[in-house]
Amino acid sequence: MKAAVVVFPGSNREGDMARALKQATGREPSMLWHADHELPAGTDLVVLPGGFSYGDYLRCGAIAGRAAIMDAVRAHAARGGLVLGVCNGFQILCESGLLPGVLMRNANLRFVCRMQHLKVERNDTAFTRHYVQGQTIEVCIAHGEGNYEADDATIERLEGDGLVAFRYCDSAGNVGGDANPNGSRNDIAGVYSDGRNVLGLMPHPENLIDPLVGGIDGRALFESLASAA
Amino acid sequence: MKARVVVTLRSGILDPQGKAIEGALKSLGVEGVASVRQGKVFDVEFAGADAAAAKAQLQIACEKLLANTVIENYQIDV
Repeated sequence: MKAAVVVFPGSNREGDMARALKQATGREPSMLWHADHELPAGTDLVVLPGGFSYGDYLRCGAIAGRAAIMDAVRAHAARGGLVLGVCNGFQILCESGLLPGVLMRNANLRFVCRMQHLKVERNDTAFTRHYVQGQTIEVCIAHGEGNYEADDATIERLEGDGLVAFRYCDSAGNVGGDANPNGSRNDIAGVYSDGRNVLGLMPHPENLIDPLVGGIDGRALFESLASAA
Repeated sequence: MKARVVVTLRSGILDPQGKAIEGALKSLGVEGVASVRQGKVFDVEFAGADAAAAKAQLQIACEKLLANTVIENYQIDV
């Protein structure tokens, strides 16, 4: 598994992401700059980390979604290559057209930073093979704009085609209600592209890979990726 | 030549910021407010004087960057 992490001005989770990738794959990912035009030869996975690219100016992820490197990321995805976007990375994927929908301001207008349970919708993808279908995992969230919104037809298509990756739930696995931290439609925490080779999610699995910080439920995502290529 | 682009949320899209502003206006005693929707204004200056060309360029600007047409509408005035 050869991974590359794209760093934008204002990214701040690239170090955590590199650590999680190294732990699972045994090798350091390449770090790319937003102004680069090419991915390193043989890249299997491109990761867009969290942060506040371009200071969240205009809309979250809007300017990063049009950065030079994104043409290469789009071409990689079109070839079936794996792409993971976490938090601001998810916002960038939506703004770049690689994933449908948009992340709006949290419904309660607050930045939420806390532990959060998620339900794993399916475990037959390159990202989730090391989880169990329907499993409840505990990771963390830290965002002000994570309120997933799309038009009715898109939501229907995502649901019908099984493209919802994770949903917000409580510790018992009950989806929605008070467990939804941001007002996302259908309690959606993450979505796949049509080919399920692109995943965007608001929560941070890369921060839950070490028992030292209170849990390792994020590890299986990176272990799944490590065994995918 | 000066142009103005106004970007607003499409109707039906929940606007939590607009709702918060609406609440604040009501608490300030501003009367008769039925609803508030927040948007963005871009003032763009063009070097030339060709209004049609400027409008065409702003159309591209809106589709490519200034508006996210999943949730926003835009209006161009040159």
